[in-house]
Amino acid sequence: MLAFVLRRLLQAVAVMLAVAFIAFMLFQYVGDPVTHLLGQDATPEQRDTLRADLGLDAPFPVQFARFVGNAVRGEFGLSLRQGRKVSTLIAERLPATLELSITAALLALVVGVPMGVVAALKRGTWLSQLLMTVSLLGVSLPTFLIGILLILVFAVWLNWFPSFGRGEVVALGAWTTGWLSADGWKHLVLPSVTLAIFQLTLIMRLVRAEMLEVLRTDYIKFARARGLSDGAVYFGHALKNTLVPVITITGLQLGSLIAFAIITETVFQWPGMGLLFIQAVSFADVPVMAAYLCLIALIFVLINLVVDLLYFAVDPRLRVERAAAAH
Amino acid sequence: MGKLFVILLFVLAGGSAQAATLRVANQGDVLSMDPHSLNEALQLSFLHNVYEPLVDRDAALRVRPGLAVKWEAVAPTVWRFELRRGVRFHDGTPFGADDAVFSLERAAGEGSDLKSHTAAFKAVREVDAHTIEIETAAPFPILPEVLSEVYMMSRAWCVAQKAERPVDRRKGIENTASFKANGTGPFRVKERQPSTRTVLVRHAGHWASRAGNVDEVVFMPVGNGSTRVAALLSGQVDVIEPVPLQDVERLRAAGLKVLQGPELRTVFLGMDQYRDELLDSSVKGRNPFKDRRVREAFLRAIDIDTIRARIMRGAATPTALMVAPGVQGFVAELNRRPPFDPEAAKRLLAEAGYPEGFEVGMNCPNDRYVNDGAICQAVAANLARVGVKVRLHAETKTTYFPKILRRETSFYLLGWTPGTYDAHNALNALISTPREAGQGQYNIGGYSNARVDALILAIQSETDAARRRALIREAFEIHQAEVGHIPLHQQALAWAMKPGVDLPQPADNAMRYHWAVVK
Repeated sequence: MLAFVLRRLLQAVAVMLAVAFIAFMLFQYVGDPVTHLLGQDATPEQRDTLRADLGLDAPFPVQFARFVGNAVRGEFGLSLRQGRKVSTLIAERLPATLELSITAALLALVVGVPMGVVAALKRGTWLSQLLMTVSLLGVSLPTFLIGILLILVFAVWLNWFPSFGRGEVVALGAWTTGWLSADGWKHLVLPSVTLAIFQLTLIMRLVRAEMLEVLRTDYIKFARARGLSDGAVYFGHALKNTLVPVITITGLQLGSLIAFAIITETVFQWPGMGLLFIQAVSFADVPVMAAYLCLIALIFVLINLVVDLLYFAVDPRLRVERAAAAH
Repeated sequence: MGKLFVILLFVLAGGSAQAATLRVANQGDVLSMDPHSLNEALQLSFLHNVYEPLVDRDAALRVRPGLAVKWEAVAPTVWRFELRRGVRFHDGTPFGADDAVFSLERAAGEGSDLKSHTAAFKAVREVDAHTIEIETAAPFPILPEVLSEVYMMSRAWCVAQKAERPVDRRKGIENTASFKANGTGPFRVKERQPSTRTVLVRHAGHWASRAGNVDEVVFMPVGNGSTRVAALLSGQVDVIEPVPLQDVERLRAAGLKVLQGPELRTVFLGMDQYRDELLDSSVKGRNPFKDRRVREAFLRAIDIDTIRARIMRGAATPTALMVAPGVQGFVAELNRRPPFDPEAAKRLLAEAGYPEGFEVGMNCPNDRYVNDGAICQAVAANLARVGVKVRLHAETKTTYFPKILRRETSFYLLGWTPGTYDAHNALNALISTPREAGQGQYNIGGYSNARVDALILAIQSETDAARRRALIREAFEIHQAEVGHIPLHQQALAWAMKPGVDLPQPADNAMRYHWAVVK
């Protein structure tokens, strides 16, 4: 177990270094922040001085080594656009993104799993057909379109929910949360639904396919033969055995939810990291972009690690095999 | 006692009935509360509600007294400003000459982004408690105009907040002035959540009688155009800026008010006129743009009215000059474009030796100005009709600007707003022969005329207003006759608001909340 974790950690470091390198290398070609920083009236000397001050005139390997050295300490320098520490900016934005992603992930699970079960059990009925058709829409419609449509219907026409922003947030130390106020929840509904729809339909289709598979297996037949109730068969035995792929996908998708909240955040002006990243891109704010990419890579790596560990908890066979191999 | 209570109740009730909140959604956020840290239009126009300059502007952008009640040039290089009395900062302390000197020195000093406004300063002096003098290195006739974006801070407050200097993004030391503010303006900052919301409340001790009735302003950045429009339609905000062009009619149809007016920025095309052979063209061994007839052919081949109607959806004012009406030095009589005439353009090209036309590369930003990419496509299509094949390279501004600043272009699109509201700024940056000292820095195509250069130098130090106007006019006349650039249009500003909101729209796109009336 320990060896396994260590091995995964080593892999994680390698992945992180690669991401850092790619990110940094790409940014060499993104554009020149000096033009933005100094504005249109600056002289060529002012430009050169600023370039030297920012360390942008150093050779590539030196810049990269500096970058990694600082990144390890969580320091990504100062945002070229805002003149504030990148670590502070990210810390400010992280709660918004995490809250949105977690709400969306829970929503996708809580709604997606039962829908998948229903679609599997009622195979061939109109209900199942309807669920499948709707899920096809969910998978194929782009996020920004769903977001805009939801805004149009629920904010502009019906006026039920606000169209943008995070609303009233409660500060708990350095963390800000919208979960503790009614206004915060109201603002959370449309963006989290938008973000959840793709995952929801994905989970539903996955659960359905896995359920259909499992329901054909012998042990289900035996369970029925033993006279167990439908509930016990479906939820106690069948559903439990569909969970390994569902956990993998949900875990990986949580990473994507955080990483690709960018579009939802842009549509809903959600003050999270994605929005920060988009603003950074349009300004060639290299430190912010680099920090964001590294952080997202870190989140993916960590989630993968957790998912791997969860397998142990869910699938007893893995534990047995490892134990046997150790003897 | 009871009577007093009733009166008090009445006053309170009356007060709250009139108290109006204005919720504003803008495309971007103000990056700092420090008035000297960033020379950017939104930043400076927002902070103008909180901080004030010595020399202010009215809705028509005419200069008028701000924190200085009058000013005069006491010597060719010395301007004297008499400060307004009885002005108080938001923390209640009085504003005086010491604060003015401190603020001007802060704006001219290390870490400030407003140095282009203070570049002419040689010394700033306190004469007495309500008078200051600014000495410039050379005669500088437009000093008061240039000061309209330099805001006054309190020395004592800055010292207490350890904010004697603006944040320098190079060294990244933050200070309190980026988050808090203590100005003399009609509003003070009550709450600041970067990139989420900034709340202003009325400064009861403001020196001027108030024109509007707004007591609280909630400023929120909403980057996505459709979201901004939805926020207005759903009643979540009262004012949005800018309005995406395609939504203007829809908002009007929904009963909302849309204000459109020409901006101070002029969008134009430039051509490489200094290389002996263009970087990106089928013509080898010579540069077709060195021939005035070719430049004129381009000018006449562009169907500006169709660009205005189709691409800008009417939200543009075609122009023949490099500065907009509203900029000091604009010459209305010169603002006449030769008629759109592809036949004449073809004839001119043939006379210049290109009867079959030629190929040329064109560089264009696609996220800087309103519909910039589409404008370039239309220009390319127009030119194709007269035989000029344009290879269009449209790209994001972050890669576009470094490229054109290295002058790696043959034919390009650019927009310019004179930061000083004065024609000299545009002449110096766009039309002067490029030199090390910074003249002609955005004269990417290297237009060069010795007489025009001499005129620009003269304009800089000419103190007589009438003579100065004549010099500016002559410079523009020569530049226009030579077709040094091809001016296209001023894009329109577009604000939308609820029908009950009244907010004047100046051409510099500044929202002055104390002018707003909410019914």
